[in-house]
Amino acid sequence: MRLIVPLQGVVQGRGGLILGSLIPCALFYFLQLYLKRNRSPNSQSSPPSRSTSSSTLAEMTRTLSRGSIGPARISSRAISIAKPNDSPYYIGLDKASEDPYDRIGNPHGVIQLGLSENRLCFDLIKKWMLDNLSDSIMRKEGGDLSISGIATYQPIDGTMELKLAMAGFMSRVMGGAVSFEPSQMVLTAGATPAIETLCFCLADHGNAFLVPTPYYPGFDRDVKWRTGVELIPVHCRSTDNFILSITALDQAFNQTRKRGTKIRGILLSNPANPVGNLLSREMLHGLLDFAQEKNLHIISDEIFAGSMYGNEKFVSMAEVLDSENFDKDRVHIIYGLSKDLSLPGFRVGMIYSFNENVLAAARKLTRFSSISAPTQRILVSMLSDTRFTEEYIETNKKRIQNMRDLFVAGLKVLGIRCGESSAGLYCWADMSKLIPSYSEKGELELWDKLLNVAKINITPGSACHCIEPGWFRCCFTTLAQEDIPVVMERIRKVADTHASCS
Amino acid sequence: MAIEIEQPSVGLSKVAVSKTHGEDSPYFAGWKAYDENPYDESDNQSGVIQMGLAENQVSFDLLEKFLEEHSEASSWGKGAPGFRENALFQDYHGLKSFRQAMANFMEQIRGGRAKFNPDRIVLTAGATAANELLTFILADPGDALLVPTPYYPGFDRDLRWRTGVKIVSIHCDSSNNFQVTPQALEAAYQCAESMNLKVRGVLITNPSNPSGATLQRSVLEEILDFATRKNIHLVSDEIYSGSTFSSPEFISIAEVLDARDYKNSERVHIVYSLSKDLGLPGFRVGTIYSYNDKVVTTARRMSSFTLISSQTQHLLACMLSNKEFTENYIKTNRERLSKRYDMIIKGLKNAGIECLKGNAGLFCWMNLSPLLEEPTREGELALWKTILNEVKINISPGSSCHCSEPGWFRVCFANMSEQTLGVALERIHKFMEQRKRKET
Repeated sequence: MRLIVPLQGVVQGRGGLILGSLIPCALFYFLQLYLKRNRSPNSQSSPPSRSTSSSTLAEMTRTLSRGSIGPARISSRAISIAKPNDSPYYIGLDKASEDPYDRIGNPHGVIQLGLSENRLCFDLIKKWMLDNLSDSIMRKEGGDLSISGIATYQPIDGTMELKLAMAGFMSRVMGGAVSFEPSQMVLTAGATPAIETLCFCLADHGNAFLVPTPYYPGFDRDVKWRTGVELIPVHCRSTDNFILSITALDQAFNQTRKRGTKIRGILLSNPANPVGNLLSREMLHGLLDFAQEKNLHIISDEIFAGSMYGNEKFVSMAEVLDSENFDKDRVHIIYGLSKDLSLPGFRVGMIYSFNENVLAAARKLTRFSSISAPTQRILVSMLSDTRFTEEYIETNKKRIQNMRDLFVAGLKVLGIRCGESSAGLYCWADMSKLIPSYSEKGELELWDKLLNVAKINITPGSACHCIEPGWFRCCFTTLAQEDIPVVMERIRKVADTHASCS
Repeated sequence: MAIEIEQPSVGLSKVAVSKTHGEDSPYFAGWKAYDENPYDESDNQSGVIQMGLAENQVSFDLLEKFLEEHSEASSWGKGAPGFRENALFQDYHGLKSFRQAMANFMEQIRGGRAKFNPDRIVLTAGATAANELLTFILADPGDALLVPTPYYPGFDRDLRWRTGVKIVSIHCDSSNNFQVTPQALEAAYQCAESMNLKVRGVLITNPSNPSGATLQRSVLEEILDFATRKNIHLVSDEIYSGSTFSSPEFISIAEVLDARDYKNSERVHIVYSLSKDLGLPGFRVGTIYSYNDKVVTTARRMSSFTLISSQTQHLLACMLSNKEFTENYIKTNRERLSKRYDMIIKGLKNAGIECLKGNAGLFCWMNLSPLLEEPTREGELALWKTILNEVKINISPGSSCHCSEPGWFRVCFANMSEQTLGVALERIHKFMEQRKRKET
């Protein structure tokens, strides 16, 4: 506090002990007076509630730092969300969107490799739209022009038509190995609210989920912000190719329990984000056994199930449950169309659960995040067009594979190897040789150089809670093939400067 | 604990098992009865007529005509040049063109008497999400919001369920047409204090649901002054602002702020939606308009959980930026709602039923207290059940709106054809006749 500094001179001799004690007392008295006058009336009778200490602190902060907050306070929840984003994941995304690379229009802009979006098959989707959207969205099958079908209140958890269409699409995406029941679906405006809604259903404020690292940075927001649920990282290592081990899970479980925190479940992405590897059938069995033993839920985010390349086969949790005799009540799957169908703007996500109670609760909660009716209508058409979806899924796989091979090869030339992966819109690159010091600090220094000097935005492993420094997630599906050499050249420049410095 | 209660094999959260969703109340039970036996003009003439759903179906033709004539709204135009960008757009700022169009539309509804800055508009998937989001931002779990009664039953769920925030009622009664008074405001505040609850704001609905009346300027001023004195927030849910069909003219809190040069406006937030005025609840379009920068920033970030489909934003941007369309729509919609209102009031009067004098909304606030066996909540619910089962009409009992006086019911008139409304009025008329005969 600024008050203390000028007193030092007084106390240390130029006024003596008396002034040294009088002046702080006087200042303290005036501070009290100031605070009393500016404190809001309703904090006089503060109850001894859970929120007291944090809200009083917030009020103090408010009165001492009058700024854009304004006289009426906002909640403690909101205060932490209002703080500027300090995660490199978000900072990088912002920078890239402020100065976006364009081969012709802005060749020195920031190349976006931090957003796992798939733009490789847009031509197919656009073509479908042009061919099939000639009819107005209002027109029903052979029926009259009518908006009432989409204008009025719809079932909040999605129309049955869309659920049926999604069930068919998901099954096809996962190679036809498993079928999905529309009655077990709750549709949401994107996978983001799907995850949050599930957390609200499965855990109370202060409970925790175990989550293998490295993990999707968005989980910190989706799981923690409003639910108050904690995420406990279960660290995975490059020696295991970042695949989860049951031992590590068990250790994390015990340690957390000793702290007195109740663990409600395990949250994982399969295919994994940011690493891009798959969980084997055996691993899925192991997880289900573990969950049964410890009485936990499992949330399996399978949003990248259709973004496969290579020869490995994706096995959904649903497939394992189908074939074996596990307790289905604890398994919940997240899905969405943002990655596999490249339509993030349309906001289409889903909770798929085997637990009737969870479905009942989620159905009601989804009123806060329902999918827009005209969008549901278009997607029913598109997803029911099996000829289109089959062609799309096949072509998509090939193009992702192609881009990945080119990108990974390019990195290899630079001496950067990638983790083994068979899915996702990204690769997991080991740039530990390029970081100035083998630490999170070193990693962030490299990230900063890449973002601000080389002007490429990639996601540092620390933003994904990776325990080993130097790993970066690079999304390559927002690029055109011609851009890959540009990216590699920019990385090479940074790599060269590092080599010359060390 | 002596008795070990059998837990489900893997537990659910408190939120999941709580009843705060309120769906066991009569408000929603009536809907179930309708779902099981819905009235249909041709196929099921003895079914239940739904008069408990505030939906606007009177102006669909205007929307259809627009979409027919402007195919670029629903199909991204010839060659779909903007499609790719639109399909990838998931920025929580929302489409600038759409925010601009919403701002313009909101200004038009208020006759240009207030200005709206598109950069203060935060988009949400419906007003339901907007109200919940604001509650998350303005209050902590255990805090309280003051809400005048009678109020929209959904608030119990939207404001309280996941947020953990409490509602303390500001009691209004028929003695002054259910208007908020300074005494009622103060009493509610004291009530909250006596329960050791921190009051964080007042949430009003203007025009009011379920009473169907706009708030007077003096009342708005009083509420704003009260909020300022107590240093709390004021949320004004103006979802029915475009559905004001007769005098007095709707006055928005924005106009009151404008007259005060926006002094102390950082405590004020407006909720709006296209579900009622434009009859598009299926589209899921809501907004928060806040005069507080921090609230705007935070709300925007939180809106990640409730974004509006970019396709829908594009369609509505086209529609709402067409001044000719919006002017005609607002005017025509008002006229049709007015006609419906007159029809139902006349019909009810003929049946011997009085309603509160209303001038907005998609419903009227009906006084059936003379019919109650006993002037209690139970008496009201008994009457409601009778009307549901014998008259086969679903209306909303005042108790589910927390009305302190038993016997009031909300009756919606815009979610059906004129013909169906006629049938409903006939049934009510017959019911009232039968009761009169029983008494004599």
